[in-house]
Amino acid sequence: MNKEKTPLLGRNSTQTLLSSLICILLGLMVGYIVLLLINPRGANGAIMAILKNFMTYSKPNAQLKYFANTLVKTVPLILCSLSVLFAYKVGLFNIGAAGQYVVGAGASLYLALKLNMPWYVCLVAAVLAGALLGALSGVLNAYRNVNVVISCIMLNWISLYAVNTMLAQVKEATSPYTLPIKGVNPSALLPTLGLDKLFNSQYVTIALPLAILIPILIWVLLEKTKLGYELKATGFNSHAAKYAGMKEKRNIILTMAISGGLAAMGAGLFYLTGFEQWQTTQSSVPAMGFNGIAAGFLGGLSPIGAIFSSYFIQHITNGGAYVDKTMYSAQISDLITSLIIYLCAFVLFFKQLMGKGAAFTAGNANAEPAAAPQPVAEDTPQEDDETGKGGEA
Amino acid sequence: MVLLLQYTLIFASVLMLVALGGCFAEHSGVINIGLEGIMVMGALGGALVMKFLPAGTAAPMVVLLVILAAVGMGMIYSLLLAVAAINFKADQTLVGTAMNLLGTAAATVFVKAMNTAESVDNVSATIQYTEPKKAFLVNIGSFEFSWFMAVAFVALVVSYIVLYKTRFGLRLQACGEHPQAADSVGINVYKMRYAGVLISGVLGGLGGITFITAGVSEWKFEYGVAGFGFLALAVMIFGEWKPTRIALAAILFGAFRALGNVYSGFELLRNLNLPSTLYNMLPYIVCLIVLSFTSEKSRAPKAEGQPYDKGQR
Repeated sequence: MNKEKTPLLGRNSTQTLLSSLICILLGLMVGYIVLLLINPRGANGAIMAILKNFMTYSKPNAQLKYFANTLVKTVPLILCSLSVLFAYKVGLFNIGAAGQYVVGAGASLYLALKLNMPWYVCLVAAVLAGALLGALSGVLNAYRNVNVVISCIMLNWISLYAVNTMLAQVKEATSPYTLPIKGVNPSALLPTLGLDKLFNSQYVTIALPLAILIPILIWVLLEKTKLGYELKATGFNSHAAKYAGMKEKRNIILTMAISGGLAAMGAGLFYLTGFEQWQTTQSSVPAMGFNGIAAGFLGGLSPIGAIFSSYFIQHITNGGAYVDKTMYSAQISDLITSLIIYLCAFVLFFKQLMGKGAAFTAGNANAEPAAAPQPVAEDTPQEDDETGKGGEA
Repeated sequence: MVLLLQYTLIFASVLMLVALGGCFAEHSGVINIGLEGIMVMGALGGALVMKFLPAGTAAPMVVLLVILAAVGMGMIYSLLLAVAAINFKADQTLVGTAMNLLGTAAATVFVKAMNTAESVDNVSATIQYTEPKKAFLVNIGSFEFSWFMAVAFVALVVSYIVLYKTRFGLRLQACGEHPQAADSVGINVYKMRYAGVLISGVLGGLGGITFITAGVSEWKFEYGVAGFGFLALAVMIFGEWKPTRIALAAILFGAFRALGNVYSGFELLRNLNLPSTLYNMLPYIVCLIVLSFTSEKSRAPKAEGQPYDKGQR
């Protein structure tokens, strides 16, 4: 994994990494304060539970199993964050990753359970469904000037209701959940290639290596190909791109299609493991797509960074399940995640501060004490966090 | 039919309030995607007041306190956007998205903690307000009039006057069109943008409490406000950032939303035998179709979404 980090260590990357760590640290701190406010007695235990996640278990076997569970859920998050950051690099805010994720789940599960298709067909169908939905937002934006954020949100809700209706055909008779893939059509389960034995969990499949491979491919696409260059140029200045002879409308649609395909692929790679069944009565859009926004920005909008940030976010989200339920609720993790997204908006500011150096920090120390004393005070917490993160990854 | 009218008006009130909020923020030059989160916070404030007011409180007092709480919560919460977008020049879409997630998460955590503290077995994120809610309702025949409809109407009239007939409103709009020019004639762009965002917080909070008292008497805060904040943004765009048109757009969207609640009361619709989820989808589908036909010529405030930088030309 260290090898993949090398291209990241450019001019800007240290600052990006530091900013992300500041966001994490501040997010955790505010989360801890909230816990203190709710009930000071259990706050320490709760924040530790969130950070420890699977390490709560004492047996190495159980640890491995629950670590594997976190990894299984990290896979769709990586794909969703790629979806968000890919669109963002082209100047589009794909808040529709959530809806694209939903149709991905819908398509893959429908094909698996109703039409008894093998896993690769289901996965391709998921990608196509998401790409189509993304492209729809793109078309509406390019040809009808509809704001991408608004159309994506509307499509999120439309997809949720549509997929719920569609999957109600393949649900269990007595529950709102879809039938287990294993019982109906085992050929739709993703192959494990022995990874299930390695991780002591039947749900670890080829999805895991794919989730490492695809970010690299996206990085290559964005940084090393002509298409990537064109897409980024369109995002930077669509007029300039147009005058330089690039097809800016096509680029917008293509970007949204790729972006949608990525999010939907995440859903396919998750639901085709059989880890979770779709609840056909759910009345809110799954959080995965929105967490993808968090992971994308926390990873400094780098495809490789997204792997680590996704893992971190999924780690604390899963950790939320271990807090003492008599005092707190698992949603405290969502709270911390959303705080981190909020703080990511200040990344530009953190970077400016770092860039301006000691003379600047001396003058403005009062304005932003948390981020200001970069050379001295920042070292300690950041080291703590880095070792923590290294241990997890 | 009366029921349809009633639901249409109450949902239209929600959309109008929130869309007007968005309208103020955007005219000042700040995109407020976080309206959804602001609504949740406003709803939470109002619901808490309703829960904790002693049973015998006079109805006008209940109305006043609930509205104050919703407005206060909405306004305080909108500061998150104001500080980030105006002082720190942050990406406004990102901040707004974070606020939406944060609103629902914070409300859920808070309500759950409160419920669990009351009784250990209660792990729901629901607040009930069956009794105090009645303070807002006046029955006129079979039509249930809610004071929030009146509030929304007042907000509409006031918004129109403020935006077009006062110095403040015109200055506010200048900051959203060309902040440098506004600054050059002595208008404090930062202050104006703060004002715009805070007003959107006030109206968003009001919309939130209106929404959770429309037709139901308890609210599960895990659900947030079901995308209504975004629907309101669509209403705003469809209404071309103009209060009167926003009102019309709100009524149109409100009607489609209301259909989902009352369609089973109409023989014609019942006979069509469409799945109920279709009615749930309807407002969003209509919104998308309408936007795709009206967005082409729509003109947003020119400088919206761009952080104001004094040194920029």
